[in-house]
Parts: sequence; structure tokens; C-alpha cells
Amino acid sequence: MKNAPVDNGRRRFLTVATSVVGGVGAAGAVVPFIASWNPSAKAKAAGAPVEVNISKIQPGQMLRVEWRGKPVWIVKRTQAMLDELANHEDQLRDSESEVEQQPEYAKNRYRSIEPEIFVAVGICTHLGCSPQYLPDSFSGQIQGVASGFMCPCHGSKFDMSGRVFQSVPAPTNLVVPPHKYLDEKTILVGDDSGVA
Amino acid sequence: MWKNLLDWIEYRIPMMRVANMHALQYPAPKNMNFWYVFGFIATVVLVNQILTGIWLTMNYVPSAEGAFASVEYIMRDVDYGWVLRYMHSTGASAFFVVVYLHMFRGMMYGSYQKPRELLWLFGMFIYLALMAEAFMGYLLPWGQMSYWGAQVIISLFGAIPVIGDDLTLWIRGDYVISGATLNRFFALHVIALPLVIVVLVFLHIVALHEVGSNNPQGINIKHPKGSLKEEEKTKYKIHEYYTEKYDIIDDVVPFFPHIVLKDLVAFTLFCAACAYVIFFNPAMGGLFLEPPNFEPANPLKTPEHIAPVWYFTPFYAILRAVPDKLLGVIAMFGAIVMLALLPWIDRCKVRSVKYRCGFHKLNLAMFVVVFVLLGWLGLKPATPTFTLMSQICTLLYFGFFAFLWLYSKNEKTKPLPARISK
Repeated sequence: MKNAPVDNGRRRFLTVATSVVGGVGAAGAVVPFIASWNPSAKAKAAGAPVEVNISKIQPGQMLRVEWRGKPVWIVKRTQAMLDELANHEDQLRDSESEVEQQPEYAKNRYRSIEPEIFVAVGICTHLGCSPQYLPDSFSGQIQGVASGFMCPCHGSKFDMSGRVFQSVPAPTNLVVPPHKYLDEKTILVGDDSGVA
Repeated sequence: MWKNLLDWIEYRIPMMRVANMHALQYPAPKNMNFWYVFGFIATVVLVNQILTGIWLTMNYVPSAEGAFASVEYIMRDVDYGWVLRYMHSTGASAFFVVVYLHMFRGMMYGSYQKPRELLWLFGMFIYLALMAEAFMGYLLPWGQMSYWGAQVIISLFGAIPVIGDDLTLWIRGDYVISGATLNRFFALHVIALPLVIVVLVFLHIVALHEVGSNNPQGINIKHPKGSLKEEEKTKYKIHEYYTEKYDIIDDVVPFFPHIVLKDLVAFTLFCAACAYVIFFNPAMGGLFLEPPNFEPANPLKTPEHIAPVWYFTPFYAILRAVPDKLLGVIAMFGAIVMLALLPWIDRCKVRSVKYRCGFHKLNLAMFVVVFVLLGWLGLKPATPTFTLMSQICTLLYFGFFAFLWLYSKNEKTKPLPARISK
């Protein structure tokens, strides 16, 4: 053995093979460090649906509930608000709700199941602030539109169906969460099984 | 006895050799002016942040339930807790004041130019790590601005196509910012990023001492070996590490004590300024500590008006100026990338602004005005007028780099002096 000739090809093979095996091992060892940043089982379980009683909401009023830690708005729109929705559609980015920000049953002008009751996740699609509800002072933001939502962070504007206006930072309409009517007075937010 | 002990140590670890090489016999240009104190002060602030930070963790509770109350506990019930906390919060803002001045010094005197490109890049990495450190630290008090500021910044990553939403979920560890986010930010703020920053600062200094300090004239103090006459060389004892490779001109002083003493004067003034903030004006009119942060985080209610802490506002204004989510994020990060690319954007061979063309002086002055203006706009609500102003300033910000690239190729510069003037 002492005087065995040096086999460079063999050495190179062993170096490469050792490096590859070591590399695979290192990549495997990274997995727990990366994966432990995902939502834990506890966080996932906290995403359960929420039941909301809507019988006491006055026309024009907004109710805020929490679902998956996010604010969900339930607005009972007045007839004037509903009538207004058709008037400014040329100023919207996505008036037909082409982008999938809502379940199929909310893909209409009102973006809701019942025209009066608007359910939406109250988080701006720009950078996640919660927009303000301006039931009668919105015309300061968009001329000729009486009510809507305005994000205080970066000035994104949405109409009463959560549809985004043009030339604001937010790219898409507000998200309508999956929801269904359990009866006339109760909405279940976060679950629409049996409806869609 | 003392000599024997030193010899005993020196035989085992190069203590005096390093002290000589990097301080006692390190050649520093003698014309370094007040702009050259900020590196030293930044190091002092880093030490302050580490020390006060360690002491704060002794009473801070990193959980969504306990964080806000534990900060109030530190402020009210822990002896001198308020001093430690205000030293830490003031230190954070002071850090950025110092770093911005330090960076501007580099821009003014061309300290990023060859051969200091890597030195500049390490500096930019420190700046990035510092921004991440400050951002994560700001979540820890779990106030309204902590919460919603973090919400906005994490959502930036949601602008990345395809993986954006999964990425933000992964960063938060929950469907919204929650205790899980707070805990991981605490770990990163207290352990991971400080380690990264300390290593980067070490590399920054190693790179600096390899290429040597620049100076307000922007001319070299190291000359090729054998190019200087004996009477032109410095009479100070300079370490062989430098004299073996170069002739050092008679325009240098040893870093210690000459430069250090000058730095200490600035340090004293700096401490006085910080003491004013810590003891008389810790919130600095809402700039260093924002009023909504005295309210606990409420995931259901965004504060009326969200603004980041002042040191992020120039980039925040750029983000808001672009009416498109992805492009806005790209513009914001691009603004920082442009700074990092300065050594390659600036094609001029003359370093100091003193010897460069009038247009460069104007361009640099314009850049400062635009940067300050963007910082101010980032604090203001997004009204149409302010948005338009932000858009103009964003164009001018990037314009600085575009103009620089264009005119620096064939710039008409003034002749450089052979020596740093006496």
C-alpha cells in the first residue's frame, strides 16, 4: 500500500461523492429550520368559521367581526348606496370582478349573496391596512361618489362593493370571504360548504 | 514583570501586533475632518444598543399577551428601566442619523470609488441589516404602530408574483401578525441580526484597513514603493505591514491617539445631544416614538394615519408614489440598490466633490434636498398634492443616479493637488 501510485481520478470521484452526500445532508438539515416558520397546528385550528347575527344592523351601519384574526366587515347597504354602484363603473379597475377575490356566488355588481348585505375582509389589498368606512363623506375622495372605503395608509379607494378605483396603489378589489346564510338572521363567515 | 507578562501573551496571541497595525501605527490622513467621526460614533452606538438591549430582555416578555405590559413594567417598576429603554429607543434613531451622515460623507468624498467598492458594499449590507434589525425591534413593544407597521412591511413581500402570499404566511407564521410573529422577530432582533451586524462591522473595518481611509481631498496617501524621496515620507512610525508595500507620504498621523482624540470630542457632543433626547424629549415629537404606539396592538383597528419611524420614510414615500403594488415595491428596494451600485454608476476617477464639476455639486445637493423632502413626505398622509410631490421627488431621486452615470464618464474635473495641503 505504501508505494501504491496516486490515482487522481479516484480521488476526484471520492471528493465529489463526499461533497454531494454532504450537500444532500446539509439541505436535509435545513428543512426543519425553514418548515418551523409555517403556521403551527394551533394557529391553523384557530381559523375556524364564525357565526354572526345580522338582524340588528341598521341600514348604512357596519359590523366588524374577527375571523382568522382578520377584521371582517358586514355592511347593510342602503338603497341609495346600491343605486350608486352602477354609476361609476368606468372609474373602477375591475368592475366585473374578473380577478378571483370572491367566491363565485359573489361575482356580481353587489359582490354579495343578498344585495343589501355586503361581507368583506376589511384589509386593503395593497399592504394590509384596514380601510376606513366613509358612509357619507367619500365624495371628498372621489367626486360624485357619496360612500365608500378609503385606506388611511396609502390612499387606496374602494366603492361600496369593495371594488377598487383606478390610479390607487391597491391592485385588486377587497376580498369577499366564503360565507353562507344559516337562516335569515345569521351568517356563517369562513365556510360556504353546500352553497358553492 | 509587566514586560514579561506582555511578552508571555504576545508569544501566544498577537495582541500588540494587532494594536500597532490597526491603531498605534495605522496611517490616517491628517486632513480627516468632522465628517470622519461618524464611523467611530456608529460603533459606540452599536455597543450601546447591545448593552441596553441585553438589559431590556431581562424584563421584557416576548408574547402577544405580555409584551405591551412588560414594556410598561420596565418603564414604571424597574429601577432605571426607563433610562435603559430610552437609551435603546434613542440609540436606534441616533444610529440612523449617524449612518446617514456617514453614508453622505462617502458620497461627498467619493469614498465608494476604486479601490473601496467592497468596503462600500459591506457598509450597504450593514445598512440593510440595520433596517431589518430596527423594523423587527419596532414590533416588540406590541403597540398599534408596531403592529400595523409590521403588517405593511410584511405585506410588501406579498407583491412578489406567484409565491407572494405563501411567503407572507411563512414570515408571519399565522394568517395575521400574531404572537408567533412576535416571538420569531424577538429571536431575530436579539440574537440573529446582532450577530450578523457585528460580523459585518468587523469585515467593514478589515476592508477599510486594507485599502486605507479616504480623505476630503480624495487623493492617495499611499504611493508605490520607491516612488517617494526620503524627505517626503512620514516621520511617524508606521507599521511594516503598510510600509513594506507602499511609501507613506508625510501627510498622515497615527490613528491612535490623533484621530481617536478627535473622535472623542465628537463623541462628547454626541452624548450631550442624546442625553437631551433621553431625558427631556424621548419621543422627539412623535418622530422617535410614535404616539399610536402608546396604545396596545389592536388587529381590528388600523390607526387613522400610518407612518413608519422617520428613518424609513424616504423609502416609504417612494413606495407610496408608485400607483402599482409590485412596481412600488421594486422602486422602494431599487432606491437602496442604486446606492449600493454607486461605485459602478459613478465612472469618474476623481473622488472628492471639491475637484469635480459644478454639475456634480449641484446634483449631489439636489439629492440631499430630495432625500430629506421624501423623508418629510413619508410622514404625511397620502393626499393628492403630497402624492404628486412624492412622485416628482422619486423621479429626481433616481435622476441623481442617471445623471451621475451620464456625466461622470467624460467629466471635466479640476486638477488634483500632489499633496494634502499643509
